[in-house]
Amino acid sequence: MGAPAAEPVIRCDGVWKVFGSKAKEAIRAVKAGELNKAQIRDKLDCVVGVSDATFSVGRGEIFCIMGLSGSGKSTLIRHINRLIEPTDGAIYIEGRNVSAMSAKELRQIRAETIGMVFQNMALMPHRNVRDNVAFALEVRGIAEDKRRQVARQAIEAVELTGWDLKYPDELSGGMQQRVGLARAIAANPSILLMDEPFSALDPLIRHQLQGTFMELSAELHKTTVFITHDLSEAIRIGDRIAIMKDGVLVQIGTPEEIVTNPVDEYVAQFVGGISKLDLVTAAKVMLPLEQYRQTNGSTDTANWPVARPDDKLNTLVNLSIGTAHPILVRDGDVVAGVVTKDALLRGIQGRDHSGPAKREIN
Amino acid sequence: MADEKTFSWLNPFESVDLKIADHSDGIKQWAIDNREAIQPFKIFLDGVIQSIERAFLATPPLVMLAIIVLIAWQAAGRRTAIYVAVTLTVLGFLSPEAWSLAMTTLAIVMAAVILAVIIGLPLGIFAGKSDRFEAVLRPLLDTMQTIPAFVYLVPVVMLIGIGNVSGVLVTVIFALAPLIRLTSLGIRTVNPSVVEAARAFGASPSQIMFKVELPMATPTIFAGLNQTIMLSLSMVVIASMISVRGLGNEVLRAMGRLDAGKAIVGGLGIVILAIVLDRITQGLNQSRRERGHRHWWQSGPVGLIANLFHKHA
Repeated sequence: MGAPAAEPVIRCDGVWKVFGSKAKEAIRAVKAGELNKAQIRDKLDCVVGVSDATFSVGRGEIFCIMGLSGSGKSTLIRHINRLIEPTDGAIYIEGRNVSAMSAKELRQIRAETIGMVFQNMALMPHRNVRDNVAFALEVRGIAEDKRRQVARQAIEAVELTGWDLKYPDELSGGMQQRVGLARAIAANPSILLMDEPFSALDPLIRHQLQGTFMELSAELHKTTVFITHDLSEAIRIGDRIAIMKDGVLVQIGTPEEIVTNPVDEYVAQFVGGISKLDLVTAAKVMLPLEQYRQTNGSTDTANWPVARPDDKLNTLVNLSIGTAHPILVRDGDVVAGVVTKDALLRGIQGRDHSGPAKREIN
Repeated sequence: MADEKTFSWLNPFESVDLKIADHSDGIKQWAIDNREAIQPFKIFLDGVIQSIERAFLATPPLVMLAIIVLIAWQAAGRRTAIYVAVTLTVLGFLSPEAWSLAMTTLAIVMAAVILAVIIGLPLGIFAGKSDRFEAVLRPLLDTMQTIPAFVYLVPVVMLIGIGNVSGVLVTVIFALAPLIRLTSLGIRTVNPSVVEAARAFGASPSQIMFKVELPMATPTIFAGLNQTIMLSLSMVVIASMISVRGLGNEVLRAMGRLDAGKAIVGGLGIVILAIVLDRITQGLNQSRRERGHRHWWQSGPVGLIANLFHKHA
């Protein structure tokens, strides 16, 4: 489209959502710092759903929004295709302001550019799988044989071939959500909005569907906003994660940043139980070689196992087994640092590598 | 009269006369004055009723019976079709005139139900969409359902005259309410997350109406239609007081002559018609899952014929 290349696909700019009849007044009061959330609830009978959400999602990126129920994440994602109107702020899709669109433009962008998957599937019980999947094409008035062809491809992509003519109540929960996924990708949108798509499924099916989704997303390169209340899901799927609490985006960062540098107690509590093995890199736990030599004297590094800075802890553990030596971290030909046994163990625990822990996380 | 009573705070009702009954009697004069204006509507409706009645009566009874049984088979399955065939045969043998009287009554009921659907479906949809409209409509529907029919019988006769058209009209007044109520209920109970999904995929309000809300509300709407048909049938005796022919008239005349036997024949005829219409419309009411997810053209006699063609093609 006409947007400059640097323009992110989705950009939310200071989005506020306040529920209640005196919403505008409430926002003014919050911005001026006159009232806090509890006072707004008591005095103006308004509830803050989303407060001042600002973020952007680049092309092909999977952006996870993580938070407990009631944190406003489902409200926030519905602003992107304007199922909910923001009280304040603006949302841009490929540079176009969603709030300024006419009803017709909005319907067009929903049908062509944005696909959505819902927690409760929300399939139409009176339509078979094929007609559910082709719904976005049908509302655009695309001819029937074209619709069937597109639906067949989408159904194939989610591994449901042969179920085209079945009805939703004949399918298991996992299969229904595959239909939901097929419906979202059928119109070949550039953006996917996933509202806790796998939360209602049992763990095994959830893992399977996450796999299907990741394969699809690697193949199709859709810009995705993915809502979840499960941090391990966010870490598995997301390129970046935003942690949301009481309507506020508390921290936005890569999974590694979130896990190793939690911005506050709340995030720290969340990430405390997460295994660091596949997240934290050697670069995070290594010491400079000079520092190592100061404490241990000059040693010969020839027999040491060698790792790259972006190797994960899991790899370092494998290297470290069967040898008494520390691990040498080398970026190409340059020695980047040393990972000692102590640092490695501390890294797995999620604590600082220099000596005993400064702060208990869990 | 009222002036003679002295006003008492403890019993104000007896001493104050607002003359509401006298004022309301004006509706009679209004009805007589507006007779001419209603004529085109009357002629049109009369034509519709008469052509339905003529068609029903011109069809030989056995052919008509076969048609109704086929409709029952299509709508509600083989078992109901057999049931309908047996009960209709009983109806025919009740008395020599029973079949033609029943066809006249059926024609009146059909005309009333068609009119009720034309009026009730849009009103019900609108009531399902708008809380305010529903709030306005509700007391009106309560009135229509509970006010004794004799109250509006007189104004309707003054306006239109005795005969089938008045009969259909009073039947519609009485029988309309459940269709509107259940259509509204059906629209209101459509799963909101499915409607949200339709919006998220770019459906316009009218597409949401016709592709999501109405199909999902259909079983509830059919339940309302079923109730409307049943109530229409329960009005046939009262309608016969304003000279509507058919089974109801038979009951009324038998009552006048204290002829219990004839009254029983007419009454049983009405009951059998009610059973037949109820079973057929309840069949429409089945969910897709109960039907094994087949389209209507894939089952029943139509399905049979379609299958034959498929095999030969």
